[in-house]
Amino acid sequence: MTAIGDSPLARRVRAAATRFTTPLLPDDYLTLVNPLWSARELRGRIVSVTPEAEDAATLVVEPGWGWTFEHTAGQYVGIGVAIDGRYVWRSYSLTTPPSRDGRRLVITVRAMPDGFASHHLVHGVEPGTVVRLAPPQGEFVLPDPLPGKVLFLTAGSGITPVMAMLRSLDRRPAGTEDLVLVHSAPDAERALFAEELDLLARRHPGWRIVQRHTSTDGRLDLSPATPPREGTPRSDRATGSSPRTALGDLVPDWRERETWACGPAAMLDDAEKLWADAGLADALHLERFAASFSGSAEGGTITFARSGRTVETDGATTVLQAGEQAGVPMPFGCRMGICHTCVAPLRTGAVRDLRDGTEHRVAETDQSTRTVQTCVTAAAGDCTVDL
Amino acid sequence: MAISDITEFAHLTDADVEALGEEFDQIRRDVEASRGAADEEYIRSIIRTQRRIEIAGRAALFGSVVPPLWMAGAALLGVAKILENMEIGHNVMHGQWDWMNDPEIHSATWEWDNVCPAEQWKHSHNYLHHTYTNVLGKDKDVGYEILRVTSDQKWNPVNLAQPVFNTLLMLLFQHGVAIHDLDIDGLLKRDISDPEEFKAKLEQVGRKMRRQMGKDYLLFPLLTGPFFLTTLTANMTANLIRNVWSYAIIFCGHFPDGAEVFTEEQLENETQGEWYLRQLLGSANFTGGRLMHVMSGSLGYQIEHHLFPDLPSNRYPEIAERVKEICAKYDLPYNIGPFPKQFWRSIRTIWRLALPNRKAAAEQAAHEAEGLRRDGASTSPAAEAGRVQEPVAA
Repeated sequence: MTAIGDSPLARRVRAAATRFTTPLLPDDYLTLVNPLWSARELRGRIVSVTPEAEDAATLVVEPGWGWTFEHTAGQYVGIGVAIDGRYVWRSYSLTTPPSRDGRRLVITVRAMPDGFASHHLVHGVEPGTVVRLAPPQGEFVLPDPLPGKVLFLTAGSGITPVMAMLRSLDRRPAGTEDLVLVHSAPDAERALFAEELDLLARRHPGWRIVQRHTSTDGRLDLSPATPPREGTPRSDRATGSSPRTALGDLVPDWRERETWACGPAAMLDDAEKLWADAGLADALHLERFAASFSGSAEGGTITFARSGRTVETDGATTVLQAGEQAGVPMPFGCRMGICHTCVAPLRTGAVRDLRDGTEHRVAETDQSTRTVQTCVTAAAGDCTVDL
Repeated sequence: MAISDITEFAHLTDADVEALGEEFDQIRRDVEASRGAADEEYIRSIIRTQRRIEIAGRAALFGSVVPPLWMAGAALLGVAKILENMEIGHNVMHGQWDWMNDPEIHSATWEWDNVCPAEQWKHSHNYLHHTYTNVLGKDKDVGYEILRVTSDQKWNPVNLAQPVFNTLLMLLFQHGVAIHDLDIDGLLKRDISDPEEFKAKLEQVGRKMRRQMGKDYLLFPLLTGPFFLTTLTANMTANLIRNVWSYAIIFCGHFPDGAEVFTEEQLENETQGEWYLRQLLGSANFTGGRLMHVMSGSLGYQIEHHLFPDLPSNRYPEIAERVKEICAKYDLPYNIGPFPKQFWRSIRTIWRLALPNRKAAAEQAAHEAEGLRRDGASTSPAAEAGRVQEPVAA
């Protein structure tokens, strides 16, 4: 049924049907029959929830109308789930490449200790639940063709986007890639995809997969002070007296490898510094699960009408950040432009979307207002927000 | 007579008004903190029910040539439009369900089954009427610029015809609502304040009217083939049912005796407590069962709606209990009566005010100018309401 709404004929049928259902869409009536028969908002139905390692689960989602299945391995989707009557949004990497598993989306979620939404997804959500989806996003993808030598550096649930990449590479015929994955998990119980990773390593002679457990192996040392030593034993389970293992010990040729890293923020910060110090910043790709702001705005004075606060901002500070700094009670959710929890009416002036540079403007004389996502917009000149 | 100092009118001290405001704030906080899955299920089930009733109505009209099906179709469609406009559309556009964070049930995106564009409604109703409630010269809902609904409005010979205007407004209510945000006063005086804006809004109304009337008076009748005419008349009847009903409900909100009006002076430095007090004294409730309240968009709880326009409507009954307690505590009137009685009081006022003020009306005005009576005999809200229920000598 997903094809409905895609072809030109179907589009014409939809347009005609909308003449009858105005001000609603045909979708609004069709959802009475099947909750997935709507392209008004992207949605999906949870097909299964399979426990993975401790406190993690793999969710299979059947998307509704309007989903294009055109994501690239490594990208993430937004998923909105109703908790206590309210949609809460989070982003998770898709762990399978497109069009696998019969037009299903697969994500693996780790329940964070204080993560209300992740806990609900791992332990509380029933198969059959209808969730909202946001289209795939993210620049954390592999180029085609692949660079000669690749390093994946992951920790914890940071393995999930890389898993999609590995599964995608696994399907390619006769892979000759020179590929290294160094994955750190706290211990065997909390290691995601451990068996599948072993299986992949056996199947592909050119892949070297190092699964580390930080409780016994210590944290991977990404400090630039450690020089690479020669003749380091290539053990899949790095052990020894030292509680910390340097990256250079594990992967002596890391400088020659195009690297994709995903994991806790502290690890990514270390990696960023290590690669920058080596003058190799361009060879490192990071996934931080945050909106990538390519644009910048003009900046200006933002007036928060209801709270009566005014703050001067530069073009890189989002309206949300500016409001928070000024002590305005600002609603927020994902802070990356997918969940629309932070939307607020713009009364006058203009703001610019930092993701793509789109300007949203309301003229002084306009009676109308428009709502803007405060977490991804910054002032483009003076403006007034109704918060 | 219009009130220019609400604190003095209510014989309360500034401290009382502040404390009263605090109590209303607390109600808001309590309801906001307890919104959850049950509330979500309420609005979703109302929406599901409304859409099923609409489909049933449209389906029945495929046999509209058969009188029982014609009647069933018109009635079901009328009910569907009432539910959509009142308990769903009006309340969603107030932002009562924005907390669910669902863009499909959100004030920013909702468009209702009515010829009035949602955007203009949100301006004239949510902003102007709910902010400047019952303030003469600011709130266009005080007579909708064509009716004289309070003796404070100057009499003009054209008011003699207001029983006729009133009837026309009832029959064509959705169209009246559609042009409500336009500068009609300016148009009549040939002095439109912003001609550009007037034109843009008029075009927006025109587009919405074409779509709405296109589906009800052309496309669906055509779809029923040979029964074009009978489907057309059934659809017109459904719109008429909705028009008359929503008119009647809405006229019970601020026009019954005892609902006060205010001058612009009251707005100067108005505190949050005074704002609450103005909403309370300017609104009127009616009694009824659960079905009656759902079918009237919970506007039988007009007082609660005006105090908390963006709290979910299914919570108004419990809020009403707390509001009544506050009214009893501060010796304030709580204007409530059966629906037919409240409606009759509104209509009677409109008919009476077609004529210039008479002595009796002037006496009533003088009486009101004294403010709320404070003689121990009428300390309960019911007794206070009793005061305002006294019919004016005709």
